[in-house]
Amino acid sequence: MRGEFLHDLLKLATAVVLLPVLARADDARGLPQHLGDTGLYVAGSLSQVSPDVLPFSPQYPLWSDGAAKRRWIWLPPGTSIDASSPDAWDFPRGTKLWKQFAHGNAIETRYIERGSDGAWRFGSYVWNADGTDAVLAPVRGIRDLPAAKAPGARYTIPSEDDCRACHEGAPVPVLGFSALQLSPDRDPLAPHAERVAGAVDLASLSKRGLLRNLPVELLARPPRIAASNPAERAALGYLHGNCGNCHNNEGPLAVLEMNLAQRVDAPEQETSHANQVLDSIIGVQSGFRPAGAPANAPRIAPGHSGDSVIALRMQSRDPLQQMPPLGTSAVDADAVALMARWIESLSKNPSSN
Amino acid sequence: MKSLKLFVFFAAVVFASFARAADPAPANADPVARGKYIVSTAGCHDCHTPLVMTPEGPRPDMSRALSGHPESFDVGQVPQLPGGWLASIANTGTAYSGPWGVSFTANLTPDRETGIGKWTARTFIDTIRTGRHLGRGREILPPMPIMVYRNFTDEDLTAIFTYLQSLPPVKNKVPEPRPPVAAPVAAGR
Repeated sequence: MRGEFLHDLLKLATAVVLLPVLARADDARGLPQHLGDTGLYVAGSLSQVSPDVLPFSPQYPLWSDGAAKRRWIWLPPGTSIDASSPDAWDFPRGTKLWKQFAHGNAIETRYIERGSDGAWRFGSYVWNADGTDAVLAPVRGIRDLPAAKAPGARYTIPSEDDCRACHEGAPVPVLGFSALQLSPDRDPLAPHAERVAGAVDLASLSKRGLLRNLPVELLARPPRIAASNPAERAALGYLHGNCGNCHNNEGPLAVLEMNLAQRVDAPEQETSHANQVLDSIIGVQSGFRPAGAPANAPRIAPGHSGDSVIALRMQSRDPLQQMPPLGTSAVDADAVALMARWIESLSKNPSSN
Repeated sequence: MKSLKLFVFFAAVVFASFARAADPAPANADPVARGKYIVSTAGCHDCHTPLVMTPEGPRPDMSRALSGHPESFDVGQVPQLPGGWLASIANTGTAYSGPWGVSFTANLTPDRETGIGKWTARTFIDTIRTGRHLGRGREILPPMPIMVYRNFTDEDLTAIFTYLQSLPPVKNKVPEPRPPVAAPVAAGR
């Protein structure tokens, strides 16, 4: 009873105090103050998605503490994505993408758009408790918003810096909407992947004429991570979707020489691409020494998940150690189990991997 | 370990010694000269160059200039402070214990394995601007005055980085920070 009262009080505080304050604020980014004005929904509705907005579902989704997510994309009429570089699609100016996060009720809808100047803008809209409005969050984000069904009953809206930290670590700031992520050859072991009715994939996008210059071989043989067994395929896919946006060999963190991003630009070289990832982690000494880990622990110790720095950091939510470093406060137990299964399956002799 | 009060005295001594040595360099100066000027006047040495005790008191060990907390110095258990005190500082001036845990100052020399030798100017600018390691990782911990330094211009940050890259590399693997005593630890360990 007391818990319900407190929950209602927090809802009331959010609705009465926080959202009206946000709604009055001017936004230097030039983003609309209300989600209803971004074009996601038909006019006057906050539930009926516009018919020209397309749902999608990446096969290797980002872990977000168990939040249920829905994703959409909109391209300006008459435009298409230049897919000539399969790992770095060039989106037309005016492109918009949304991702809704829910723990029970919708909590926020993140939004990115490519302006007429070619620059990308990032924002997040915070839903009120009744789902009747969603208002643009401040640039600095909101820490520890009350959310009864989220882990710890708290939820953090990312700051714009947080958005850019992940989205600008890859060659293209649109994550989760790529040839590999939308491949019709979906990975059945990918943790938390969802089948969404009507979701577009590589084939349907091409059929709609929304992809141009897509190498035809990617339609004939949809992209798939080359792996020695199903667990390895899913583990590498998880690392791609959750880590590869920063840990790749093209972005600012290339200096770490750890590449977790898969490439699909040359299907005949799938094995080579996957091996590049494996070569950068298996038996390679980590630059980070987690507390309690053996000295000189490698990123991945074949056969020993407990000595593998990547696995150890995935299991931690100590802010000084955890990976990913932001956007999550709860361990992804399914992913930890998948990683352990894969690492334990690796031969303890690195030269044979 | 010394108290914060004592450290303030040390810092003043160190700062004064570098302030005397700094040659003014305008914003359009050679980046190395400009970077050296900023590093020498913005207090970088105060925390990133270890102090050694001399007959004249603690002095920066310039043979290890800007190489951060010495890996050979295990600070061991940190003292529990009485109420009214915020932080403890190791006698090298390179390790700090407070509500955030224990932080160790970074090796800013261009050693490729233990310093910032593989960094680019963008990595450096991203780190200072965001207050996150490498611009994307964990948050940079106190007492690094990110909220002050993030106001540098890109040109000044590039000059600082250019100067740091011109230093002799010092091989020194700085320990990872420690969480607060009561903080959650990694599952299963």
